[in-house]
Amino acid sequence: MELINIEGTPKTPTITMNAESGVIDIKGRSIPENSIEFYKPIVDWLEEYAKTPASKTVVNVQLEYFNTSSSKCILDVFKKLEVLKKNNNDVIINWYYEEDDEDMLEAGEDYESIIKVPFKMIQIVD
Amino acid sequence: MSVFLDQCYEHMNKGEVIVAYKGTIGADIITNTLSLVELKLENIDVQNAVKKKLYNILVESLQNLYHHVDVPLNNGESDDCKSNFGIFILSKLEDAFRISTGNFIHHDRIPVIKEKIDKINSLSEEELKEFYKFVLNNQKFSEKGGGGLGLIDMARKSGNKLDYKFFKYSDDFEFFNLTVVINAPSNLN
Repeated sequence: MELINIEGTPKTPTITMNAESGVIDIKGRSIPENSIEFYKPIVDWLEEYAKTPASKTVVNVQLEYFNTSSSKCILDVFKKLEVLKKNNNDVIINWYYEEDDEDMLEAGEDYESIIKVPFKMIQIVD
Repeated sequence: MSVFLDQCYEHMNKGEVIVAYKGTIGADIITNTLSLVELKLENIDVQNAVKKKLYNILVESLQNLYHHVDVPLNNGESDDCKSNFGIFILSKLEDAFRISTGNFIHHDRIPVIKEKIDKINSLSEEELKEFYKFVLNNQKFSEKGGGGLGLIDMARKSGNKLDYKFFKYSDDFEFFNLTVVINAPSNLN
């Protein structure tokens, strides 16, 4: 499968998706006006990936900011991972947050309560 | 028209202005405003957590304007109304920041907006969290890309009630002013 390597901008995150290693990184800011457009290739890729996934899928989410429009798209991404998990694949979401950023921790916990995939909350210490 | 807008602006304008804008709300304006605010915040002595909250809420406020300001106002009365016209003011109060936005809306949409904000304002912190999760998980995207979460998120992150006011402009249109306050206790560190 094709590697995805999207470089970040002030409004969109850096995204790398590697089907072979099963590692997916989402890092930076996600505050575009039109998030559906931005996230569509990512959701599509995951759908394809789910057919022949790696033995373990590790998703690292390290966002500094995200807007509510992105929050729906991120949920769509997680829902694809949920399907993967449901099909007895090993999946984990590592949710990173800065130590003083309670809102980001809470956002991760919101997702954790909706999505049936193991989450690991990881505090970034400077 | 401009006298009317001046009055709206005066009502919105409180505290020490950090950024104020009156005009077309486009993606570029939002991008530029955000980077300008980020730069200005570097020199303001408040906790990082507060700056993050403020930035987050500012993004929602501006994008709310961007998505909802485009009500057709083809009444031919003024140039001000032709495109995505909006006003926003970010200011610093003694121990808080204040974000006030304004845009024209059609009279018919007022009840829906009022109902939504009143509902948000009636909820406790815990209820707001549940409401956010419910909308996140159940509501479809609108075609404009808004998830219906913006206002809930602003109330949730700020921890304060949303303040709103409608100024009657004509029989069909009103100017909708939304204000949110972000507490910023003096930096004790």
